[in-house]
Amino acid sequence: MAIRMTKPWMSADEALSRLHGHLGVFQLADADGNVLFIGFAGGRDIYGLKGVVADALASHPEATQVRYELTTSYHTRYRELLMVHVADHGELPMEIPPIRLGKLSPA
Amino acid sequence: MDLNLTEEQDMIVGMVRRYVREEILPLELDLDPDADELQPEDRERLVEKTKEMGLYGLDIPPTYGGPDIDLVTRTLIAIEMSQHRAGLYAPCYGTFGGAGLAQLFEATDEQKEKYLYPTLRGEKRGFFGLSEPSGGSDPARAIQTKAVQDGDDWIINGGKLWISGADKADYGLVFARTDADKGRNGVTCFVVDTDTPGFHVRRIVHTLRSAHYATELQFEDMRVPAGNILGELNRGFAIANDRLTRQRIPYAAGCIGVAIKAQEMALEYVPQRETFGAPLSTRQAIQWMLVDNEIDIRQATWITLDAANKANQGQPFRKEAAMAKLVATEAGGRVVDRCMQMFGGLGVAKDLPFERWYREMRIRRIGEGPNEVQRHVIARELLGASLR
Ligand SMILES: Cc1cc2nc3c(=O)[nH]c(=O)nc-3n(C[C@H](O)[C@H](O)[C@H](O)COP(=O)(O)OP(=O)(O)OC[C@H]3O[C@@H](n4cnc5c(N)ncnc54)[C@H](O)[C@@H]3O)c2cc1C
Repeated sequence: MAIRMTKPWMSADEALSRLHGHLGVFQLADADGNVLFIGFAGGRDIYGLKGVVADALASHPEATQVRYELTTSYHTRYRELLMVHVADHGELPMEIPPIRLGKLSPA
Repeated sequence: MDLNLTEEQDMIVGMVRRYVREEILPLELDLDPDADELQPEDRERLVEKTKEMGLYGLDIPPTYGGPDIDLVTRTLIAIEMSQHRAGLYAPCYGTFGGAGLAQLFEATDEQKEKYLYPTLRGEKRGFFGLSEPSGGSDPARAIQTKAVQDGDDWIINGGKLWISGADKADYGLVFARTDADKGRNGVTCFVVDTDTPGFHVRRIVHTLRSAHYATELQFEDMRVPAGNILGELNRGFAIANDRLTRQRIPYAAGCIGVAIKAQEMALEYVPQRETFGAPLSTRQAIQWMLVDNEIDIRQATWITLDAANKANQGQPFRKEAAMAKLVATEAGGRVVDRCMQMFGGLGVAKDLPFERWYREMRIRRIGEGPNEVQRHVIARELLGASLR
């Protein structure tokens, strides 16, 4: 599995029409592909990715693109995506809940 | 031989049981089912509580400020501490504190100042880096990470796989080959700062485990001062082995705690759940699952307490610790599996903790030395010289 997310970007409408109640991780980006938000759908999110992506889009009106990965390892994959973002860009794209984040230096 | 708990043990076990039920279980109702951390404010509040209970830093020897609690009692406590959803790999979410890496108690004074004391104060974290892509069952032969002396320093090149917590650590114990011709007597343990140039955490290794994911490390011309050798040159394997033997007892205890909680949930559920006009508890098929669970739990508990007792008395306990790890990890897996079956669809849903226990318990037959290696350790002790 690639450490950086390699799934194709799609429009918000397309993503919402494709998504179902799965567990997984996702990213939102602006029209230039700058990642604005990284999130996950966990075991307590009743509508899975469909619900959390819709909520995230509503609170990030500047986001026009979405990509996602279905995974039951959403917890560890979410942290990995955050750490990779910090490794690549020096900072997180958004405020995150207080979790202890490690440090990755991907090749 | 007295198999009863002492009054003090009874009191401590009761206190920890109440703590898990009254403090930890309610928080888990709102946490993500795969969570391995509490909100910082909850954590701080609960750490204060375990300090008030006199049980913070349980595994820290009294000479270093830990409470003076014997290993049998600590094993009983570990059985209680794992009786919740995250209990197998994040017992009580770390609110009882940790002792850090036990090998550091054998470190030099300078190493203790730099690594042990800050760890005991909760200011630094360490990782244990033994396993490599070339194999973890037989690290003495498999280790390919090399350290070569250069003046007063050592230059380390190579990599490690499956290392828990390395991305969040300030330092780690890295086992490297320092003499290619000497097999297990050619491995040295280095204490390595994670900000050393050439130290890289390349990726997270996603496994069945929700808590404390594993990582893959790479070392590129990593320069480590000779003063960071832990113990003696070429004697690192003894350090690794000692740690693995000791660690097998709490490892077993965690599996027993989860099995006890799973069985308790099943015992509550089956009299209430009706199929074909009668409660599940009236079916012999269900009763036998409960009976087999009870026997599995008892066997694992006594074997593990026996190992703890031997270690406590300073007797050899290698064979006993291997038996405890083997029996408890296999019994724990069977118990959780049977309980899932009794709960039907709910058993595999994320609403209940069984699915997490089932995933994480499976790792236990591999981690800390696969069970085949435990059997090998026991056979070697039984057959002694005749096997060699
Ligand atoms: C989630 C997780 C976290 C871990 N955390 C750490 C950590 O923090 N630090 C660390 O150093 N290591 C860690 N490990 C590594 C762990 O200790 C190794 O996975 C384990 O020792 C097995 O090594 P291996 O995976 O290379 O399997 P191998 O050594 O390749 O063995 C494969 C299988 O062969 C079988 N086998 C091996 N030897 C024998 C034999 N003599 N007879 C019969 N069968 C045999 C066993 O079934 C074994 O599972 C972790 C592993 C996991 C999965």
